Amino acid sequence: MGKHFFSETDIKSAWEQVLTAFWQRYPNPYSTHVLTEDVLFREVTPDNRLLSRRLLTKTNRLPRWAERVFPGNLSRSVYIIEDSVVDLGNRSLTSLAWNVNHAKFMLVVERCVFMGEQDRPVWTRITREAWVSSGVFGLSRPIQEFGLARFRSNQVKAMRGLEHALSNLQKASATCHGDSAEKHKNLNSTSETQKPQQYI
Amino acid sequence: MNSVGEGCTELKREYDQCFNRWFAEKFLKGDRSADPCSELFHKYHTCVQKAIKEKDIPIEGVEFMGPNREKADS
Repeated sequence: MGKHFFSETDIKSAWEQVLTAFWQRYPNPYSTHVLTEDVLFREVTPDNRLLSRRLLTKTNRLPRWAERVFPGNLSRSVYIIEDSVVDLGNRSLTSLAWNVNHAKFMLVVERCVFMGEQDRPVWTRITREAWVSSGVFGLSRPIQEFGLARFRSNQVKAMRGLEHALSNLQKASATCHGDSAEKHKNLNSTSETQKPQQYI
Repeated sequence: MNSVGEGCTELKREYDQCFNRWFAEKFLKGDRSADPCSELFHKYHTCVQKAIKEKDIPIEGVEFMGPNREKADS
């Protein structure tokens, strides 16, 4: 039941930079489908973990067959909650994001872990996992397949968006420190082969 | 980036700026001094909560990391 996605990527940026970019990745050229971003909640726990909740609004682009079957769905954007925990102790950021509306049509739960490695301080490992499910009787399989395809496409954009934010941060810090030479772009991402499918 | 509350975007920007500075310069360096952004957050938060109610966004009572319990831990 449902569809599962898993990917693991190493990027050549220090964990601290990746996290700083994580909060600043919107807007970016690849995130035109993200309409709003808000922080709803933040707390530093006694054991120095940072808990955050963000609310995102995204466009709800459906393939034409789904538009015909579910005309009501067009009227509202998708609301997504993203909860995250930054743990300085084990150098990890774990985020969980899921849609809180249109959930019967399709529920996508995405879990990301950004891990800084002690022995490889300039690298960060990004693990992304998603579960796509639909509660629509008789159409759950095509809906889930569409959902997985859209997720894959969005995942590529998400990585590009993060790299874009990282690049901006690096340029900004180069300017601040009076570094005249443009820092060589040191972002290197290896990811599984993607089959981007566009749905209007 | 816009806030879900059209009138809250400026408040959001001010809070985000404060947070991003605190996060990079204090939190990540293990500095546990008090959060300088709480007042800015409060103003921003009040504005956003109003917009959320007006737009009927279903976030009330959603548990932190809610769906995590159903997923296997990797």
